Amino acid sequence: MNVAQSVKSLFLWEFVQAFGLAMKYFFSPKKTLDYPFERGPLSPRFRGEHALRRYPNGEERCIACKLCEAICPAQAITIEAGPRRNDGTRRTTRYDIDMVKCIYCGLCQEACPVDAIVEGPNFEFATETREELYYNKEKLLDNGDRWEREIARNLAADAPYR
Amino acid sequence: MAESSWDLWLDYALWLAIMVGWSLLTLVVLLVLIAFLLLMDRKVWAAVQMRRGPNVVGAFGLLQSFADLLKFVFKEPVIPAGANKGVFLLAPVATAMFALASWAVIPVNEDSLGKWVISDLNVGVLYLLALSSLAVYGIIMGGWASNSKYPFMGSLRSAAQMVSYEVSIGLVIVTVILCVGSLNLTDIVNAQKTGVGTGIGLPASALDWYWLALFPMFVIFYVSALAETNRPPFDLVEAESELVAGFMVEYSSTPYLLFMLGEYVSIVAMCALATILFLGGWLPPVDVAPFNWVPGILWFLIKTVFVFFLISMAKALVPRYRYDQLMRLGWKVFLPLSLAMVVIVAGILQYARVA
Amino acid sequence: MALTAGFFYLFAALAVASAAMVILARNPVHAVLFLILAFFNAAGLFILLGAEFLAMILVVVYVGAVAVLFLFVVMMLDVDFAELKAGFIKNAPIGLIVGGIVMGELILLFVSGGFELGLAQQPGAPIAELGRDVSNTKQLGLLLYTRYVFFFQIAGLVLLVAMIGAIVLTLQHRKNVRRQSIAAQVARTPATGMAIVKVPPGGYVLPPTESNKTETQD
Repeated sequence: MNVAQSVKSLFLWEFVQAFGLAMKYFFSPKKTLDYPFERGPLSPRFRGEHALRRYPNGEERCIACKLCEAICPAQAITIEAGPRRNDGTRRTTRYDIDMVKCIYCGLCQEACPVDAIVEGPNFEFATETREELYYNKEKLLDNGDRWEREIARNLAADAPYR
Repeated sequence: MAESSWDLWLDYALWLAIMVGWSLLTLVVLLVLIAFLLLMDRKVWAAVQMRRGPNVVGAFGLLQSFADLLKFVFKEPVIPAGANKGVFLLAPVATAMFALASWAVIPVNEDSLGKWVISDLNVGVLYLLALSSLAVYGIIMGGWASNSKYPFMGSLRSAAQMVSYEVSIGLVIVTVILCVGSLNLTDIVNAQKTGVGTGIGLPASALDWYWLALFPMFVIFYVSALAETNRPPFDLVEAESELVAGFMVEYSSTPYLLFMLGEYVSIVAMCALATILFLGGWLPPVDVAPFNWVPGILWFLIKTVFVFFLISMAKALVPRYRYDQLMRLGWKVFLPLSLAMVVIVAGILQYARVA
Repeated sequence: MALTAGFFYLFAALAVASAAMVILARNPVHAVLFLILAFFNAAGLFILLGAEFLAMILVVVYVGAVAVLFLFVVMMLDVDFAELKAGFIKNAPIGLIVGGIVMGELILLFVSGGFELGLAQQPGAPIAELGRDVSNTKQLGLLLYTRYVFFFQIAGLVLLVAMIGAIVLTLQHRKNVRRQSIAAQVARTPATGMAIVKVPPGGYVLPPTESNKTETQD
């Protein structure tokens, strides 16, 4: 180590330089989003909480083809099918998603021929117990009703690229 | 006879009451100050990383430290089954106590009312040095009593680290004492009324203080103070990437709070010591109208907060030292350097006095 | 004076009690902690005598450094109590003899008036020729560096020799050990630590052999 460098390190020259740099960042605008009040943008392809959609006339889309159950890599989906009571069409009697198993890969919505199961834009569905994350058909349909507008908009926005 | 001994006891009681009152006042002011300094530490760190830092509790997060306090106090203290219970609980109390005790001798102002200090000890600097060397006990006891590997490793590291940097801090203090000729902290500040600035025709200014005359010592003191209080970049005691949280792994709740409190109190005490030794204590930077109207305690506070700001900036911008580098810095760089400075300063003082 | 006496008895009692605990405590770490408490009380007694400098030095040196190393060593020891007890019984006669000799010497000293208790009975008694207004630290310095300067320097030399001896005994430089030269590591700058090379298309560049060799020290 030569003399100039020793003197520099004795007087913390690098520290002073770093201090100057740090002060530049100190006063620069902050990158933080004030999260519950400010939110970052979400892609239309964002894969969040699942929802089962209905047709505009209120009929559920799902035809119990079980493609989603078959493709689910985490085996998080359980479907039982049966004829519907009033018209005998094939419908699900049970549609459960274990959200704890789910890896949010989006293969179920890719597989669905009728756009029934989709992953919506909602990511704030933390619960206090594990049981609340075992979604049943009722809960999923409920989600579909609640998020229908956003889901439809996202599907429309993404449609040209599919 | 009975009456006079009654008077004597009354005197003692009055004296005791004044002492307790002063101590309580200092404690309350100090702890509130620490609460805000802790917030400042986090805010500074956040700002350098372009974050906002705590901003939810109270306006601008001002009450964050108090929220943390409540959280710690209401949590359940967990004592590990294999821990040595007495020592385990003694350690955080010792840390906090030694740190708080150092404030008994730190003078914050001197005016027509007298010295603003609880105990105007003749050997004030030595007292501070002694207490800062005692801080290691809380860590060693905590690490050993936890009966766990990480805390033990952390405490061993800290023992070696603090003992090493004690030496260079001691020698830095010796150079200042050589210039002053007294171990009394108030005398040290008052000696800085004249100095380099007076010599070049700017009397009673910031240039008179020892930071200029003893600049290398100021740098060494700053770095050693970081190491002595286990602050980053020398926080090898609690290096997260190696030791989880070092000696504090097994601690929770109030004992943990006491450790944190002790740490911050001793950091602020170090800042105050730097202020006294090098930054002229409560003396205004320029002894002209708008500056010397400001009460001395405010100057003291401003300087202490400034040093604290430097310390928290060090946390924000310097990566952690490796352990062997730390030891090398302490023993092979700072010790010879400060020893040489002691000899040089003593020589200059001796021959300047002769001439 | 009542307060001073009270504090004296407090410190003295605590010092004796903790000194007793040092040898009675089963856990060696506890013993060292009690030793530290004893040091503190001794420092308190020094303060009562008006020797605040000695008190602080006692705390700095003994509590702050020596006892830390004690604690260090004791914590690292794997203490086997059974073995310790066997050793105790074996060495007890020698210990008793040494203790008895020291005890006898102390008694002889007291009986023959070897200790002049005159000064110790006056707390804060100044050294006659310096006067009362000179602070304790200054008195000590003036005495040490004038009347006892050679003894002081010789004591310092003895300590220095002891230190060098310890270093010589423990420091061994093994050959063929690759050591890190931290100075060289720290001295690296972007200019010395980095080289921009042009790689010809389809070709390769061998790293310069000097720069990626680790520094060896011996």
